[in-house]
Amino acid sequence: MSVIPSTVARLPWKVMLLTTALASFAGVVLYSAAGGSMSPWAGMHLVRFALFMVMALVIARFREDFIRDMAFPAYVGTLLLLLFVELLGQVKGGSQRWISLGAFNLQPSELMKIAIVLALASFYSRLPAGETSRFAAIWPALVLIGLPCGLVLLQPDLGTTLAIAASGIIVMFLAGLPLRYFIGGLAAVAAAVPVLFSFLHDYQQKRILIFLDPESDPLGAGYHISQSKIAIGSGGLFGKGFLNGTQSHLEYLPEGQTDFVFATMAEEWGLLGGLVLLTLFFLLLRWSTGVALSAKTKFGRYTAAGLTMTIFFYIAINLMMVMGLAPVVGIPLPFMSYGGSSMMTIMICVGIILAIERNGDRGRSGGLGGLA
Amino acid sequence: MRRRAARTRPILTEATQQMRFSRRTMLVGGLQATIGALLAVRMGYISVAENERYQMLSESNRLNITPVPPRRGWVIDRYGQAMADNRVDLRVDIIPDRLKNRKATLAQLRTILDLPPEEIERINGELDRTGGFQPVQVADGISEAAYAAISVRLPEMPGVSPLRGFTRNYPSGAAVGHLMGYVGVASAEEFKESGDPLLITPGFKIGKDGLEKQFEQVLRGKPGAKRVEVTARGKVVRELTTTTDVPGRPLQLTLNADLQTYAARRLGQESGSVVVIDCLTGDILAMASMPSFDPNSFSNGISHDEWNLLSGDDHVPLRNKVLKGLYPPGSTIKPMHAMAFMEAGVQPNETIVCGGGRRIGNRFFHCWGNHGQVDMAKGIYQSCDSYFYHFAQAVGFAKVAEYAKLLGMGQEFPLPVSSQFFGTVPSPAWLEKKFDRKWQPYDTVNASIGQGYYLANPLQLAVMVSRLATGRKLMPHLLMDRSRKPAPSLGFTDEHIAYVRAAMSEVVNGRGTAGRARLPLDEVLMAGKTGTAQVVSLSVSNGKRSAPWKYRDHGLFVCFAPFDNPRFAASVVIEHGGGSGAAYPIARDVMTFLYDRQKAMDVLLPLEAEWGGNVEQRMASAMARYRSAKANPPPPATALGPGE
Repeated sequence: MSVIPSTVARLPWKVMLLTTALASFAGVVLYSAAGGSMSPWAGMHLVRFALFMVMALVIARFREDFIRDMAFPAYVGTLLLLLFVELLGQVKGGSQRWISLGAFNLQPSELMKIAIVLALASFYSRLPAGETSRFAAIWPALVLIGLPCGLVLLQPDLGTTLAIAASGIIVMFLAGLPLRYFIGGLAAVAAAVPVLFSFLHDYQQKRILIFLDPESDPLGAGYHISQSKIAIGSGGLFGKGFLNGTQSHLEYLPEGQTDFVFATMAEEWGLLGGLVLLTLFFLLLRWSTGVALSAKTKFGRYTAAGLTMTIFFYIAINLMMVMGLAPVVGIPLPFMSYGGSSMMTIMICVGIILAIERNGDRGRSGGLGGLA
Repeated sequence: MRRRAARTRPILTEATQQMRFSRRTMLVGGLQATIGALLAVRMGYISVAENERYQMLSESNRLNITPVPPRRGWVIDRYGQAMADNRVDLRVDIIPDRLKNRKATLAQLRTILDLPPEEIERINGELDRTGGFQPVQVADGISEAAYAAISVRLPEMPGVSPLRGFTRNYPSGAAVGHLMGYVGVASAEEFKESGDPLLITPGFKIGKDGLEKQFEQVLRGKPGAKRVEVTARGKVVRELTTTTDVPGRPLQLTLNADLQTYAARRLGQESGSVVVIDCLTGDILAMASMPSFDPNSFSNGISHDEWNLLSGDDHVPLRNKVLKGLYPPGSTIKPMHAMAFMEAGVQPNETIVCGGGRRIGNRFFHCWGNHGQVDMAKGIYQSCDSYFYHFAQAVGFAKVAEYAKLLGMGQEFPLPVSSQFFGTVPSPAWLEKKFDRKWQPYDTVNASIGQGYYLANPLQLAVMVSRLATGRKLMPHLLMDRSRKPAPSLGFTDEHIAYVRAAMSEVVNGRGTAGRARLPLDEVLMAGKTGTAQVVSLSVSNGKRSAPWKYRDHGLFVCFAPFDNPRFAASVVIEHGGGSGAAYPIARDVMTFLYDRQKAMDVLLPLEAEWGGNVEQRMASAMARYRSAKANPPPPATALGPGE
């Protein structure tokens, strides 16, 4: 302990190691996807990861109270950004989801996944326990969720809408709202599905129908799913080997570096690579769930658990999509998919959870203890 | 209401809320872990249980197996000389399915390849007609420079496919058009019928007519396969193994390619045919029908103009006259009838008197001359009609018809051709059956000199004279077979055969009707028989060369040489030649060619100079005339109104 300066020792090594392992694996996969080249994806991916890691470590040093105080302003700001891109789209014609920041395009809908969790966590942490069954505990939350969901659905981005809704609802659930609301809501949603389906855009409807039967249109809208399954399936136990994936290199696999990066990975690294990746994700989520369970404050608990759900939602929907268990909804795989917005979102999540962990640990010796 | 509900339920305290949070977080975490486990199972299922299936799909994605069209078997003549071979060809096709911008692409190809407007017209027409899978030829036989120019512009022209392949080549050109037929891209129906993907491979062609079609399976060969790794967009990444094609087997014909070409050239501007048969084997040495089409241009996708020019020609270049031209044989059957008379017991020295004709039954029938006292030999070499009226009547035409058939008239021969018109040998039984009418003396008169219902094609005439000259039942052959047995005898006596030979020699070498047919050779004497077939009644036209072309008589000639030991037999038929004088000089020169090529060529070349070049040159200038006439049409009689 004397050799290592305490500031260095106090860094959250376990999480840094986990996320670095994930991003490095992504670098290897993206290097292969580019035909054995650092450009255009692998190099940029690693640089971004390094930058966002610094950002996450900075966020980790924020005080929890500060984060809680910033929750509503952040929510309102993100909501305004969403409104802004919506108007921008109206002006330019067609839909727009992002604001160009030079280095990458910022999708406000990505930030909203975090903002909704923070806003709701903040709201419920201020609400006395006895009030949680009241109607007054529900409608503000529904408004907070409903506004961004409506805007994102207009973009139209069904996947992100669901992600925002899921993150928000999970905070409501964990805040202890009566179970009957959720069961009732679930029933209502189930009943409303046929109606909602008719409101979807043609291409969204098509994606869902194709998902139900991808082989019906293997060269059309089912192409993504078919090719992704071929990539994963042909990889077998140990894969075709580094740089040997034909599906990705010969461009049969669409979006092989972004949404379908898992298929690119699985083709070359096989089931083994997939299990390694799942294990890394499991360790990350176990850590963040642990942080939620041991957090000292209500805000810390709800935030950590909500953000865990956000990360999980990314992973689960993406993997279900590439394995043909969910429609193609355009959700990237955390740490693995090439793209600035999603990585920023994930690293902000990690940073906030680290801050909460630090808050809970305050007074204890250091982060290295977490590794033991 | 709300208050009461709140009272009935336990109020949540901070402590129970935290417990509820832990419980629910564990529940959510457990669900997450379960989903994660299910995902792992799902992945295992796809990548292990279904691995084989997906590996196959991945391979079929990656690999593109294209058949390599096999090289077509050669067609060679009896001496091994090529009559149809393959030459390296640089070509450009359009795959309609992949074509993005037809107009721009065609415009670009037009400038690179310098395509004439009618070619663009043809390509457009074919693009409209054919399905998406069928390649449409843009051009072939293009230069290396044009090939390179197109290859570098490929990314801007999707659907354009340059290929280095083989194309069918007929060195003799139009001379073998009818015989060989031609090759072409398989039609949609042909593909549907066989389902063989080879048929839609760019550059692959099948026999469409003639021998190319008859021997398609022999000549086709087996395709090779090129395995290439391709990207999703069809770009070839690298070539993997390639299996080479198995070329089709060669087909050897009995023809003499040089003789065939000579005969076709010697026919000149006439519409006619020449058949030469080997008297030892029955092998067909030449069967030329002119005018003809150039199978080279047919095989490369014929242009509209060329097609219109051919199909509009009154000399019917698209019909094989050797097999599908039927003509009254006229006097060419007289020697054969004479043989029939002798077999029926007529003595050759029995004479009749021709008084410019002869009374048969109760009518007087004219002869074309007044021949006085006529025996059999004179009947043949002077072609006296009266002699044949008389003895046909005496013997009975039913008997004569039997011999006509025995010598090949009215017969269909077992040849590898799509169809033969086999004509008619009239006889009382045939007439009864066909027209329900009794045979009359004038029917005998007409038939005895090869007129009336008598019809024969030039091949039958050649077979007839070859059988007559040899006394053997020679069968015409097109396929070379060196182990053939000699043809069986027809049972004629040597005296009878010698008599007919001598009489026919007299036609050419003595007091006969075709003195100009004498061969310009010291050691070989040719025997022959002239024939003239009237096309219209004498009241319409006299049938001579001064009459309008389509009213002129057909000119015929059958012959063999040497007269005393026949080696070659031939028939020449000139449609509307204005008499046999159009036919026998051609027979003479073709026969000469078999013995002395130089002498034959010395006759041909000045003639071709007179006609305006050889076959190829004349066809090219006819095409040019047609195009310029089309480009500058004569002014219409009445101008069209503005509203039309």
